[in-house]
Amino acid sequence: MRRTTVIAALAAVGLTLSACGDDGESTSGDGNGNGGGEVEVFTWWAEGSEKAGLDALVEVFQEQHPDYEFVNGAVAGGAGSNAKNVLASRLQTNDPPETFQAHAGAELTDYIEANQVQDISNLYDENGWSDVFPEDLLELLTVDGAIYSVPSNIHRANVVWANPTVLEQAGIDPATPPASLDEWFTQLDAVQASGATALSIGTDWTQVHLLETVLLADLGPEAYIGLWDGSTDWASPEVEAALDDYAKLLEYTNTDRQNLDWPDATQQIIDGKAAYNVMGDWAEAAFQEQQQKFGTDYVAFPVPGTDGVFDFLADSFTLPVGDINTGGTEAWLDTIASPEGQKAFNLAKGSIPARTDVDASEYPEYQQTAIESFANDTIVPSLAHGAATPVAWLDAVTQAVSRFSANGNVDDLKSGLADAAANNLQQEG
Amino acid sequence: MLTKVRSWGPPLLLISPTLVLLGVFVYGLIGVNINTSLTDNIRGQTTKYVGLENYTSLFTDDTFIYSLRNLAMYTVAFLAGTLFFGFVWAWLLERGLRGEGIFRTTYLFPMAVSFVASGVVWRWLLNSNTGESASGLNRGLDMIGLGFLQNSWWTDETWGILAIAMPAIWQLSGYIMALFLAGFRGIPDELREAARMDGASEWKLYRHVIFPQLSPVALSAIIIIGHMSLKVFDLIMSVAGQTNYTTQVPATQMWLAFTRGEYAVAAAIGTVMLVVVAVMIVPYLVHNYRSERGR
Repeated sequence: MRRTTVIAALAAVGLTLSACGDDGESTSGDGNGNGGGEVEVFTWWAEGSEKAGLDALVEVFQEQHPDYEFVNGAVAGGAGSNAKNVLASRLQTNDPPETFQAHAGAELTDYIEANQVQDISNLYDENGWSDVFPEDLLELLTVDGAIYSVPSNIHRANVVWANPTVLEQAGIDPATPPASLDEWFTQLDAVQASGATALSIGTDWTQVHLLETVLLADLGPEAYIGLWDGSTDWASPEVEAALDDYAKLLEYTNTDRQNLDWPDATQQIIDGKAAYNVMGDWAEAAFQEQQQKFGTDYVAFPVPGTDGVFDFLADSFTLPVGDINTGGTEAWLDTIASPEGQKAFNLAKGSIPARTDVDASEYPEYQQTAIESFANDTIVPSLAHGAATPVAWLDAVTQAVSRFSANGNVDDLKSGLADAAANNLQQEG
Repeated sequence: MLTKVRSWGPPLLLISPTLVLLGVFVYGLIGVNINTSLTDNIRGQTTKYVGLENYTSLFTDDTFIYSLRNLAMYTVAFLAGTLFFGFVWAWLLERGLRGEGIFRTTYLFPMAVSFVASGVVWRWLLNSNTGESASGLNRGLDMIGLGFLQNSWWTDETWGILAIAMPAIWQLSGYIMALFLAGFRGIPDELREAARMDGASEWKLYRHVIFPQLSPVALSAIIIIGHMSLKVFDLIMSVAGQTNYTTQVPATQMWLAFTRGEYAVAAAIGTVMLVVVAVMIVPYLVHNYRSERGR
């Protein structure tokens, strides 16, 4: 009798051990800043306006420092999370790039604690950068009296984008934005009654983004900053009231929020499907790409209750510890901080320069308003974009917010956020 | 002595490269992983051994328990779905359906698509909007008059993970069908004829002749689907994203821990996943070993 054996051919597991090739780390420079050689710049700027910004920056770099050769170490994907994992393994195996991109602020503490980046306060003193960057910003960049990175560009997180046509249909005057959250709720009710989506929003991190602006609106800048150093109690009635406001805001949003990323949510404003969207001012690029005109096709104003406060996030560059071409790093940082470098990069990327001594008239209309606010407003750090907390804390917040999006239990949200703060403050202390 | 070396020397020499590679890259690294999970490793920096602390904190973490629950639900749904559809399709083709070649290719084809590619499409299909603003599957249901079936898919806290099982079932059922079809074809006609001669009804024929012969196929199918299911990651990443709460499984939790730089916690989750897979695979290996010895 025949016996048939069923052979399930299982594909062999291909262990692709992507050995991090040595990318020609050149240490041939004489180490004091004018040697030349290769400068590997590690970023997650691989496409779109970010890539355009990097290209513009490289052009300035080659003009200012012709001795050095720029090596692009960009890693694409996952809004930077892929790049961060690649970077972590490179730093761990002692194969650092000459400089890498990191969100300015608390997100850097992970690298500082692991002793992977160097104190560059002396560069600030030598080059007089302390005078050209705003004081609030320098304070937020300083960790235990030292500064570890140079900011290349600034974005504002607490911005509401609105479609004037949709507002007018709901009987709201787009020229006078709501001054407080309560006024905003009244307007949101009116929009909802008119049939449009009142507030468009996307996936988890955009919800964290909304949450931080609500906390800022209800608590004010001082108590908001206190949330991240332990001086504001997460279980206090004020914070709980803010979280109730957040829960109320979420009731006005589209039901498919988990399915959308931020461009989809912003697109609803452009398409006239929704009235309001809270998003950082990189959304400006989306409006520009579709030839929307500021003031007539769309309007932008600070999240109600946060007027006079600039919720900032910034990309910045570092000086890693290890066998690197230090002269090249310093040359790159010099270009980053220079007026020419900041201008070239930010005009291409659609952000604003971190320096305050810029001519605002060279920038598009929205950016002019942002430049003015940045110079005059109180500056606070963004939670959703790594300026306010280390990664672990943000992760815990995101988890609580995502869970709230699924089950709508505001008590869970409150306790989840309080636990996240307790765990992370304890670790810091 | 020399004859002994002659008899086992060459085979040993032949398998030694794979032995060394497996020893280092699989078992060696499993050891390193378990070792890491017992430390407080953050971003590659270890200060001390913490014993089972990482494990105890995992099993007191609501989210991790929830992710294990999700994994169990997903595995059950994935297994039941693929085995059911795979068997039914194979059975229909076995009954002599016309155009077998076309059906076989059609059903097998989704397997050729990567989870990431199909996940992008399913992300759109499984849009959670209902009513007027519905799109994707919800819209389709509405159009064919089944609007009451509209639901929020993978954003539901309790059942959401089952929505992720849908694309997985869609992709792998054809493969299970091919396995069962091979199984059916392996049963000689003489056996069926003999059973019919002895007066067995059609049901009895299946119950006592066909099914027992198919059981090795079913076992292989369970092992293959089961271990795929326990490792689900790419599908969830492309449908729901890494941070979405309702679709957390241990693999996404491990990725998040790794991204946070908590290597020790990530290693502990990896070890838990290994144990879960082992619970499934080891009985099969033991069973195999016993039946081979019995021969």
